[in-house]
Amino acid sequence: MLEGRVFKFGDNISTDHIVPGRLAHLRSNLPELAKHVLEDADATFASRVNLGDFLVAGVNFGLGSSREHAAMVIKMAGMSAVLAKSVARIFFRNAINLGLPVLICDTDGIDDGDELHIDLAAGTIRDITNGSQLTFKKIPEIMLRILDEGGLMPYIKKYGDFKL
Amino acid sequence: MAKTLAEKILSHKSGLDARAGDIVVAQVDLAFVQDTTGPLTLREFEAGGFDQLADKERTILFLDHAAPSPNQQLSTDHILLRRFAEKRGCLLSDVGQGVCHQIVAESFARPGDIVVGADSHTVTAGALGAFATGMGSSDIAVAFALGKTWFRVPETIRVVTSGSFQKGVYAKDLILHLIGQIGADGATYKALEFGGDAVDLMPISDRLTIANMSVEAGAKAGLFAADDLTRDYLTKQERGNDYQPIAPDNDASYQKTIDIDAVGLEPTVSRPHSVDNTALARELEGTRIQQVFIGTCTNGRLEDLAVAASILKGKKRHPQTRLIVAPASRKVLLEAIETGYIKTLVEAEAVIISPGCGACLGLHQGVLGDGEACLSTANRNFKGRMGNPEAFIYLASPATAAATAITGRITDPREVL
Ligand code: SF4
Repeated sequence: MLEGRVFKFGDNISTDHIVPGRLAHLRSNLPELAKHVLEDADATFASRVNLGDFLVAGVNFGLGSSREHAAMVIKMAGMSAVLAKSVARIFFRNAINLGLPVLICDTDGIDDGDELHIDLAAGTIRDITNGSQLTFKKIPEIMLRILDEGGLMPYIKKYGDFKL
Repeated sequence: MAKTLAEKILSHKSGLDARAGDIVVAQVDLAFVQDTTGPLTLREFEAGGFDQLADKERTILFLDHAAPSPNQQLSTDHILLRRFAEKRGCLLSDVGQGVCHQIVAESFARPGDIVVGADSHTVTAGALGAFATGMGSSDIAVAFALGKTWFRVPETIRVVTSGSFQKGVYAKDLILHLIGQIGADGATYKALEFGGDAVDLMPISDRLTIANMSVEAGAKAGLFAADDLTRDYLTKQERGNDYQPIAPDNDASYQKTIDIDAVGLEPTVSRPHSVDNTALARELEGTRIQQVFIGTCTNGRLEDLAVAASILKGKKRHPQTRLIVAPASRKVLLEAIETGYIKTLVEAEAVIISPGCGACLGLHQGVLGDGEACLSTANRNFKGRMGNPEAFIYLASPATAAATAITGRITDPREVL
């Protein structure tokens, strides 16, 4: 069970909002890069998040670049899952590869600051603040297995190959 | 059963009868990283305990995004890439060789290949009939080691373009128009497959522009059949042997088909801060532009510099508008010198910067000031993209860019042609 507070963002949050290209010189210094997470969408975000919180967004979250650093700094900031109406393909794959759950669901009814309880195995999201319950779209089997192992690297270390 | 291009290539490389929606593990023919995603990939490769590359000759590290490097951290990242190439025996494309996607098209991608790169615009090689897609560093580290990866076989949207372009209208206008129509997530998880009589006659340089931007609609791949024009292109690159024809089956099943009449297209511009925020160039006339940037993996090829040079010949940039030109590769630069385009552009007061990504991603060589507007031939205009979240980026064709450089305001190129 995951429990935490919601940080709500809008539609089309790009990888440039999450970790802009101008900070490329910090990519080999991840703790420093992580201090700038989502800076171009909300300059105060990094200072307000707590371990276990949820990043909730609208459509097409994470569009743009293939930089895995985008998913990485969101995880490093302590987010336990990303919830969005839709997610760009590469970001989705990157997040799962790092063991960060990405849940596709209707986020319209979730407000900034809401308290959520998420049961990944049961596939349910409960909004404790407004009492509503949501379901999220099924994650493809291979991604679930990668997620179960904590990411792609531990998965490949364990199986030595892709197991379909 | 009849197959789309994506289904054909993924079937062949997985040894399965791959259908849209299936998950397959497929052999990778080419895997690469660039200098801003490479360091993480190489660290993951080492941390993963791998010590062999699956295919050294088909593993490439490109130094193009920060080339030459503007600061000590990126220079140190470059050392990491160079050392890895030396130790593991893979290929290194050093500073000044050009943008990864241009070099992959010139020298590596083959029709029917699967190409994966740690860069979202890896889709560019779809212009040659390769299934090419971008991934993150972990995925590429594993592809480096195992020579394969998993794919969900995408559904395909077929885009059929008929007729011919009017004077002043180019492939860039077509793809901007399409993205404006379907939106920045209009093809998410899907393949875009381009065809129709306009595409059959379209040079590879134009196909590369279109395939390159398919990811701006969220697409996993932007695919073209490999035909006689592909063969001619490969032959010109001294790679005639890499050619094999590949085409979708006539009765393949598509999720939908979009018809575009090329005759009806006009010079198109994406407005800040999203690529699907399109308008016609003539509707934006009067918008002041402080910097024009011609280059990138989208429009930094010889054909693009030729169009810009033809418009700028005997003219000068507007005194309040800087003009920056980055040839996409060293080969492009050499040819542009031989043909005289570089001379024409320099006489028009352009700044020529080294082959590579240049000003595209905001690291160096053309970072914008607060409140400034740039008209760029690149593929992306997100807030902050060119190094400053307080700046504004418009995207357009090289012709629109050259016309705008002369007047200092967004200009429909048909006015100066
Ligand atoms: S030119 Fe721009 S879009 Fe192309 S690879 Fe370089 S940074 Fe990316």
